[in-house]
Amino acid sequence: MSVSVRIPTQLRTLTGGAGSVSVEGTTVGEVLKALDAAHAGFADRIFDDAGGLRRFVNVFLADEDVRFLEGLATPVTDGQTVSIVPAVAGG
Amino acid sequence: MDFVSGLRCRECGRGYPAEALHVCDYCFGPLEVTYDYEQVAATMTKERIAAGPRSIWRYADLLPVADAAPVDLGAGFTPLVRADRLAAELGLGELWIKDDTANPTGSFKDRVVSVALTKARQLGFKIAACASTGNLANSVAAHAARAGMESVVLIPHDLETAKVTMTSVYGGRVISVEGSYDDVNRLCAELTSEQPSWAFVNVNVRTYYAEGSKTLAFEVAEQLGWKAPDHVVVPIGSGSQLTKVAKGFDELWKVGLLDEEPSVRISGAQAEGCSPVATAFAEGTDAIRPVKPHTIAKSLAIGNPADGWYALDAIRSSGGSCASVTDDEVIEGILLLARTEGIFAETAGGVTIATLAKLAAQGVIRADERVVALVTGHGLKTVEALSGAVHPTATIAPTLEAFAEAMRDDSELTGAPVQRSES
Repeated sequence: MSVSVRIPTQLRTLTGGAGSVSVEGTTVGEVLKALDAAHAGFADRIFDDAGGLRRFVNVFLADEDVRFLEGLATPVTDGQTVSIVPAVAGG
Repeated sequence: MDFVSGLRCRECGRGYPAEALHVCDYCFGPLEVTYDYEQVAATMTKERIAAGPRSIWRYADLLPVADAAPVDLGAGFTPLVRADRLAAELGLGELWIKDDTANPTGSFKDRVVSVALTKARQLGFKIAACASTGNLANSVAAHAARAGMESVVLIPHDLETAKVTMTSVYGGRVISVEGSYDDVNRLCAELTSEQPSWAFVNVNVRTYYAEGSKTLAFEVAEQLGWKAPDHVVVPIGSGSQLTKVAKGFDELWKVGLLDEEPSVRISGAQAEGCSPVATAFAEGTDAIRPVKPHTIAKSLAIGNPADGWYALDAIRSSGGSCASVTDDEVIEGILLLARTEGIFAETAGGVTIATLAKLAAQGVIRADERVVALVTGHGLKTVEALSGAVHPTATIAPTLEAFAEAMRDDSELTGAPVQRSES
């Protein structure tokens, strides 16, 4: 599955400035690991020591928070968009 | 000049310069403004504050931006009202209401926006933006107009009519988004990466914006004669206000403005239909699970609270509590405050008062404590919530007979019932 990942400003140093990157994967977790394989450094920034998402990183699939879906195990379909968004905002 | 020494990540401690940054580049933790407290202590005196403006800017030495002419509509220095009649109903002793309905656009958001846009202007921003549940939208649109800035305000589509009108009237852009506040917030967090030249007050300027809420603590202490209260009840949306109220009391002690070290219990108030922090408190966990909100308290309807962890930590470390109340209790809270103290609060104020009542009934908030409840928004903003709950006592023909008939069974009014004279 080819999936587009939207990259926040804070992580664009890892993508050479690109705000969107296409990678392959069948789940959100696989997509994020593929992102790290293509642009080293992502895993360190978005995963905690236990392999889960860091506390202040939100990930959305097609604009829905993956915590309301199946988390990193959420299946993705071809052409969908995954967004990495800093959690600290709003209120 | 300001006394800001920089920004620091609350999670990993990395330091940053005082620029338009809100999260740590490394771990995404929130950035916190740090000050040179020794310098502040040497400058900030009670006399200097008393001689300052009757607004949040009297505390400028502990705000993250110095400006002789800030973006200001007169936010802050709102009444702290002794609430004996409400206290009697709740079985409490010394109770005070911090009446933030008296702010220029009717909510505490004027405090944070005045700070945010003053800083944004200093950083060179020309366009003010935000994601809002309504009160912030009102305030950003108004302050941007005052400052001659363009504004772009994004709100969920189902807000109360008054909040939409009170935003649109100032002539900026108002974008109604078909989704929840959390959807709007996610959209704005993504837009911040696409529109880096816009000051999203609660995203890329959030670090400075949030500091404005400390003025609630500063004012309460000053209005109590430079004493901290024993217990404060604070509504929780994102949790930012609660954490900043705690920081405010700590800072006053740090810079020598309080004679006694404060020991303020801080309790949080949420609506049952959006209570991720109260739920985590009740379950004794640190894990705040996001929820899909469903409550009339729309200004608190943040299912994924950015400062939830920190609010929970401030509550627990202060020995406070956190509770949630039903929508019916919110209405009762609004009516109780209005009936006993003459203050008309929006639904968030109803949440605060209903939670105050609940915690008082449980004995968590005690009669021997000096208690302050924060009422953060005006009731005119959410009149829809009261439809069916209040109405005229009677509708009559313009005659003395009709009036007498309408009042015939009203035993609460003193004196003889109104009678038509026989002459």
